[in-house]
Amino acid sequence: MSTVTTPRPAGVRRLAADRPRPRPASRRGAILPSVVLVLGALYCLVPVVWVLVASTKSSSELFSTFTFLPGTGLVENLGDLFAYGDGQYAQWALNSLVFAGVGAVACTLVSTMAGYALAKYDFPGRQVAFYAILGGVLLPGITLAIPQYLLMSKIGLAGTYWSVLLPCLISPFGIFLARVYAVSAVPTETMEAARIDGANDARVFVSVALPMMVPGMVTIFLLQFVGIWNNFLLPFIMLSDERMYPLTVGLYTLLSKGSGTPSLYSLAIIGSAVAIIPLVAMMLVLQRYWRLDLISGGLKG
Amino acid sequence: MSAVTDPPTLAYRRARRRWGAPFLFLLPAALLFVAFLAIPIGYAIYLSFRGMRMAGGGPFGVRQETWVGLDNYVAAFTDPELLAGLGRLAIYGIIAVPLTLGLALTFALLLDLPRVRGARFSRTAIFIPYAVPGVVATLLWGFLYLPSTSPGTWVLERVGLGGLDVLHGPMLFPAVANIAIWGGVGFNMIILYTSLRGIPADVYEAARLDGASEWDIAYRIKIPLVAPALVLTGLFALIGTLQVYGEPTTLRPMTSEISQTWVPLMMIYRDAFTRDNLSLAAASSVALALGTLVVSVILLRLTQKRSFGES
Repeated sequence: MSTVTTPRPAGVRRLAADRPRPRPASRRGAILPSVVLVLGALYCLVPVVWVLVASTKSSSELFSTFTFLPGTGLVENLGDLFAYGDGQYAQWALNSLVFAGVGAVACTLVSTMAGYALAKYDFPGRQVAFYAILGGVLLPGITLAIPQYLLMSKIGLAGTYWSVLLPCLISPFGIFLARVYAVSAVPTETMEAARIDGANDARVFVSVALPMMVPGMVTIFLLQFVGIWNNFLLPFIMLSDERMYPLTVGLYTLLSKGSGTPSLYSLAIIGSAVAIIPLVAMMLVLQRYWRLDLISGGLKG
Repeated sequence: MSAVTDPPTLAYRRARRRWGAPFLFLLPAALLFVAFLAIPIGYAIYLSFRGMRMAGGGPFGVRQETWVGLDNYVAAFTDPELLAGLGRLAIYGIIAVPLTLGLALTFALLLDLPRVRGARFSRTAIFIPYAVPGVVATLLWGFLYLPSTSPGTWVLERVGLGGLDVLHGPMLFPAVANIAIWGGVGFNMIILYTSLRGIPADVYEAARLDGASEWDIAYRIKIPLVAPALVLTGLFALIGTLQVYGEPTTLRPMTSEISQTWVPLMMIYRDAFTRDNLSLAAASSVALALGTLVVSVILLRLTQKRSFGES
């Protein structure tokens, strides 16, 4: 995100200082926004901090000591978590990683190719394809999960890894973003020049267009990765074997079983804490590569 | 001379090339689209017109699957539970959507102000919940709501007041909506913020020279200019609201007030998997999807902002 911030011209500040308006007013104007923003930040951080603190407490401390006071049970909780059900938690984490990683990479490639074709070629049916994708963007994907399950069970795929992975490979929104990005990032003249040099369409795409589209692809990858990682209903419907669950469904079953059993509460808490850390870390590291202006950029056409 | 002879050659090449290649590029997406979007939709529509009927009559009639016309739709729309679920969805949406967008727009405008301290920290912090899966977010908030683990209760008990149970009674709707708001503000804020950053700064300079306050600039210039992004985020917030499922489902073990049919999607799930009434579930799914499409198209038409580029 820092890459898209354009510095304001220095002149603005000087002009503001020259203005007859009294200075205290403008200074107050800068403090109030900061306070509101910090309050927003606290609102967003408190639950995360809470779960990190609560994950250090033993089950007895959980209900007795002050909520934001760290406890002494972190090591024990971690041990319990990874020992639960013969290491099911690690298995869930691995499943999530496979679903999100493989799904997002494949989806990004599929979306990039489709978006590039829609942006850079004129062919019969282009408009139809575009409206089909638009319809797909507006359609609540989740209402598809039940018919998808029924069809998957007809061909015997329900309950397999494929039943969760395959539906994640198509993202109308990803194609939409890829199209927006290809329009702005891949100049037609460059493609023509490569063609004149004798490159065929595949080569133009791989050697000319693809490198130019990398920032857009990273954005699509991250959006899709987070989307699959956070998905609940699809794996919940498709899978029945607990060992194949991703983290979301696994933690849900942990909590359902744990209602009324405080020891499973602390398991769900440490499980949530550990589930959050990798994704938050990934976001913090990769946020500079996010080109979310793509989403709004597509609006101006 | 070459200027005269070259274009036809290029045009010829273009015409020849631009048939096969784009279809090949689109092929994987098209196959996946057909397999996992078009066919399931078609199948759901087909199922929604089918149902089990007694054939043969008398005590020895057999139940068999047949066409039942709009019966499933009639059954869905006259079911008080589905209507109540839609009502609950409406209350939830009326709380969640405007607050998500309002907070996102407020934070985006504040971040875009000159001379704001700690903007980077706040921006990152507000964006963090986006990385937290809905189910995990619900677990976090659920524990914060639950009287036995809530810091609110801890404080209230120390000052001599009883515990506050937001998971029962009228606070339930804001409590569930809060989870969605918490998870959605950051992402929407970033979309709005990046589109604010896309506005050239000299647009504001003239206004500042004319003595416009930052409030005037935000209200008269920035908000109208980011209106298309606002429409888009509103649309996604709305679509997200209509398919709320994970949050109330995850909260169920913590409160008795969330029934199996609390929102339409939960009811669809129950009809399909607990009651084995696939036709009714399909009819409700199709109705919900159609409703979403209609609402989205109306919203786009009303705002008339060419929000998707190609008009």
